[in-house]
Parts: sequence; C-alpha cells; structure tokens
Amino acid sequence: MALIALALIVLAAAPYWGDRQTLRLLAEVFTFVALASLWNLLAGYAGLVSVGQQAFVGLGGYLLFALAMLADVHPIAAIFIAGPLGALVAIPVAALIFRLRGAYFAIGTWVVAEVFRLLASQVSVLGGGSGISLPAAVVIAMAPSRQMREFEIYWLALGLTVLVLAAIVVLLRSRHGLALTALRDNETAAQSCGIDVTRIKFLVYVLTAFGTSMVGALIFLQKLRISPDTAFSVNDWTAFVIFITVIGGIGRIEGPIIGTIVFFIMRQSLADLGSLYLLMMGAVAIVVMLWAPKGLWGLIAERYGWQALPLQRRLIQNDTRTS
Amino acid sequence: MTWLNIILQGVLIGGLYAMFAAGLSLIFGVMRLVNIAHGDLIVLAAYAALMVTQAVGIDPLTSLILVVPVMALIGYALQRGLLNRTLGDDLLPPLLVTFGLSIIIQNGLLELFTADSRKLQAGVIEVQTFQVAEGLWVGLLPLIQFIVAVAVIAGLQVLFYRTALGRAFRATSDDQSVAQLMGLDTRHVFAMAMALSLAIVAIAGVFLAVRANFDPAIGPARLIFGFEAVIIGGLGSMWGTLAGGVILGVSQAVGAQIDPGWQLLAGHIAFLVILAVRPQGFFPKVSH
Repeated sequence: MALIALALIVLAAAPYWGDRQTLRLLAEVFTFVALASLWNLLAGYAGLVSVGQQAFVGLGGYLLFALAMLADVHPIAAIFIAGPLGALVAIPVAALIFRLRGAYFAIGTWVVAEVFRLLASQVSVLGGGSGISLPAAVVIAMAPSRQMREFEIYWLALGLTVLVLAAIVVLLRSRHGLALTALRDNETAAQSCGIDVTRIKFLVYVLTAFGTSMVGALIFLQKLRISPDTAFSVNDWTAFVIFITVIGGIGRIEGPIIGTIVFFIMRQSLADLGSLYLLMMGAVAIVVMLWAPKGLWGLIAERYGWQALPLQRRLIQNDTRTS
Repeated sequence: MTWLNIILQGVLIGGLYAMFAAGLSLIFGVMRLVNIAHGDLIVLAAYAALMVTQAVGIDPLTSLILVVPVMALIGYALQRGLLNRTLGDDLLPPLLVTFGLSIIIQNGLLELFTADSRKLQAGVIEVQTFQVAEGLWVGLLPLIQFIVAVAVIAGLQVLFYRTALGRAFRATSDDQSVAQLMGLDTRHVFAMAMALSLAIVAIAGVFLAVRANFDPAIGPARLIFGFEAVIIGGLGSMWGTLAGGVILGVSQAVGAQIDPGWQLLAGHIAFLVILAVRPQGFFPKVSH
C-alpha cells in the first residue's frame, strides 16, 4: 500500500518534474489503464466479452462536445455529466443485447457501436462525418494559459483513473464483488449459490458504461477534436484494450496496469513498423491466450504469491486438534 | 415500380449476405465457435482470387476452381493447428484468438497489398441485364450470385442430412463426448467444418470482389452483415440464414433509397428491431 501511495505522489507531482511530452504520454497511459480496467471488469469478472466498448468511448466524447458547444457546460463538468448519461444510454442497450449469448453478445456490442458511429455522422451540428474541433473559446475558458490547461488535463486523467480503479476495488470488495468473483470462477456454481447472475451482469455493464463514457469524454478533451471514425474506432478503443488486458492478465485487477506498461513500451519502440507492429500484437495476444491464459501478472502472482491490493480471499484453517 | 426494383436488388444482394452467414452459422452449429475473423477471411479470399486472376489470367468466377480448395485447406489447417486448442468451456480463448487472427489478417493484407481499393473484373456479365417484367430489370451478375447462394445453402442442407460427414457434424453438435465415444475424431470433424466454412467464404469473397471495391479494412463489416443475417434468420437454420440475408439486403436497399447515409444504418436498425421483438429469429432450429 505504501508503495502505491508513493507512486501516486510521484505521478501527481509529474507537472513539476516532467516535460510536456512526458505529461502527454502519461495522461494517455492513464486513460488506457482506466479503459482496460473497465473492460477487465466486464469481460474478466462478469464474463461479458464486449468488442464494442468504443460505443461508450465515442459516446462520452460526443457528449463532451455536445455539452460544451451546445449547452455551454464547462468541459470538466461535462466529463462528469457524460458518465451518468452514458449509463442511462447503456440501460436500453443492455436490455437489447443481453438477448444474445456468449460470443454472439460480443458481436452484438459491435453492432451497437457501429450504429452509434453511423448516427454520429448524421449529426451535422457536431461536424457530421468529417468531425469537428472544440471551439477555441471553450478551450480558453478552461484555463487561461496552455500550460495550465495541460496540467489540468493531466491531473484529471490521473484523478479519473484512480477514481475508476478505486471504484472497481470497492466494488470487488463488496458483497457484489464476492458474487462477481464467484461468477468469474464458475458461472453455474455461482448461480446455484443463489447469485442473480443476470442482474449482476446488467449492473456491471451499466457501471462500465458509466466509467467508459467519462474516460471517453476525457480522451477527447485531450485530443480537442472528434470525428465518428476516431471516436468509435474498434482498433484504438477495443483491440488495444483487449491486447493490454490479455497480456497483463485477465480477471485480475493488476493485469491491465502491467499490460498497459508493456503495451506502451512496445508502442514506443515498435510503432515505426506500422501495420507490422499491429500484426505482431495480434500474434502475441494469441500466444499469450493459448499458452499463458492468466497473462504476465498471472505468471508473477503464481510464482511469488504477490497481490497489489487485498482482493483475494483465503481460507484460514485453524487446526484445533493439536493445540 | 422504383420500389419494386429496389426491393428486388435488395433480395439479390441478400444472397451474398446469406453466404457470409452460412459459413459463420455452420461452424457455430458444429462447434459453438464464433469466428471474429470470418469477415477478414472473406477479404483474404478476395485477395487470393485477385492474385489467381492476375497470375493465371482467368476470369474471377473460374478462379473459384483454385480459390475454393485453397481456402478450404487453410481452414482445415487453421482449425487443426490453432482453433482446436481454444475450444472448451471457457468463452474467452476462441473469441480472443479469432480476434487476434482478424488483426493479423487485416494488417498482413495491408502490408502485402497496401490500403488501395481493388476490384475483380468479370467482363460482360457484370453489365448484362435483362427485363423480367415491364420496367423491372435484373442484372446478370446479381442473379448468378443469388442462384449460387441458394445452391450453396441447398447443398449444405443435403450435406447435413444426407451424408456421413453431415451425420458426423450433427453428432458432434449434439454431444461432443458421445460422438467421440462412437469413434468420431472430433478434431478432424471440426477441421472439416472449418474447411467447409472457408470454402463458402471463398465463394462469397469472390462475388464480393466482383461486385464492389474492396480493401484490407472491410472485413469486420462483412462479419457484422453475416452475423446479423444469422440472428435474423434464427440460429442453426440454414434456410433461415438466406431469409436473414434477404431481410438485411432489402432493409439496406430501402434505407439507401431514403438517404444514402442510411444504407448501413437501416440494416443495423432492422437487426436491432428483430432482436427486440423476435430474439429467436424467424426460423429457429426445431429441437431434434
């Protein structure tokens, strides 16, 4: 715990020790940690494998632009409004796609994301198919100087990611979390213990949409420009996120964090390869899935018994006969 | 008459969607595998046909003689070498491995063929049309495509219910372990199903490539069309996939007529509406 607190203090102070490039990179790392952690909650714990979370990243982004441009909401406030609105949209979406099981659910989520993308390109006040930039007036209203604005966005990214992670930890340590862990390990057994599987899956889906929409809004506040293709990109917001989670270790809170670090190291060193790099990424994901399905953190945890946060429940055996 | 024409074109393109769907439905039926790379394999087949037509100088439809067996072999090898390892109770491995495969195929094609869009030239049959009724015209190519789709589905139906291989498919679909006890090598049966699926993918890929431009990135959208046709038609029903494809094709054609931007959206919305009111699809498989 002390280690985590120390890391957080160092990261929070980054504007005082890092240059602009470092800040930007770190903020991006944070948003991917948040997205991957949310996807991990959905797929790793609740067994809802979605390949359509870009629906909510894009929705969050578009909500930010709509609120800031059409309703004069302060961009930072807009991020926090995007969360509940995203969750609200997720309720009817879940009602619909929960009719699909397993892998067909996955493709169903993708269809929803496509529908969102096509709808977004029909909204001409938000740039239609070619997209739009956040007006300078809105950007300047955030903070007077460019440096201050970059600091603000950095802290927001850090804060939001910590918030998302904390919320997931709290959820997993709660009664629902116990149910979720049971669900992860064996769905049928969990059901036979009286867990309302559908209800908890629904809850997780809506909560994930809440978080993902907020992160999406933040991502597009960083970018200052949005278009249907970038907002609802399956590569950026789903393929990378799945890669991160699988490499790091699915179904473990630490997995997405390790995975994001590995992903960014790979990206910084191999991005020049272009499509070859993506090809390698796909191959690495397949190899990990088949031969080390618990990911990097799974390997570490099995070997050393580490866990970053107390989430595992161990049976304590009191042997009373010998005493 | 305009509307009748539009609906007719939608029906004919529905045949192509039914072919996308048939391969997907087949492997789901036999081994409960949903192949996320299905659309990318269709595009791979299109590029394979492109290479064959350029190298040998034959027309695209004749190139099927080569492309179909090659894709079937790829399917067999893919299933034996990779996908059989992913099958089990856990949902994640097959999904994520085929998702990885999709990324590999897309970027591999991008590396080899660049992002330029291509098209296969089939000569005069592309432009030939004839009148079926007063003011109602049908293109020769869409008609051939639809007839081939019907033939493919009828062929699958015969194969499933009249042959030893079909019996093996149905047996493993019903109960894998009992099928194994009866002496079936399920690994081989699964690989045969994937080979057959990719043979259909090859036909679909060639027709796609003759009909319109293609590039390495269009695979996922084909997967989605195939998937929508499967769900609309009802899981497990072969003739249902044809109906599903036709419904999807007609919705898109009608949507496009209202507003060009609504073509894809209309198809997705038709799918979502059917999912809402009739989630089992129109022709769900009867219990056997």
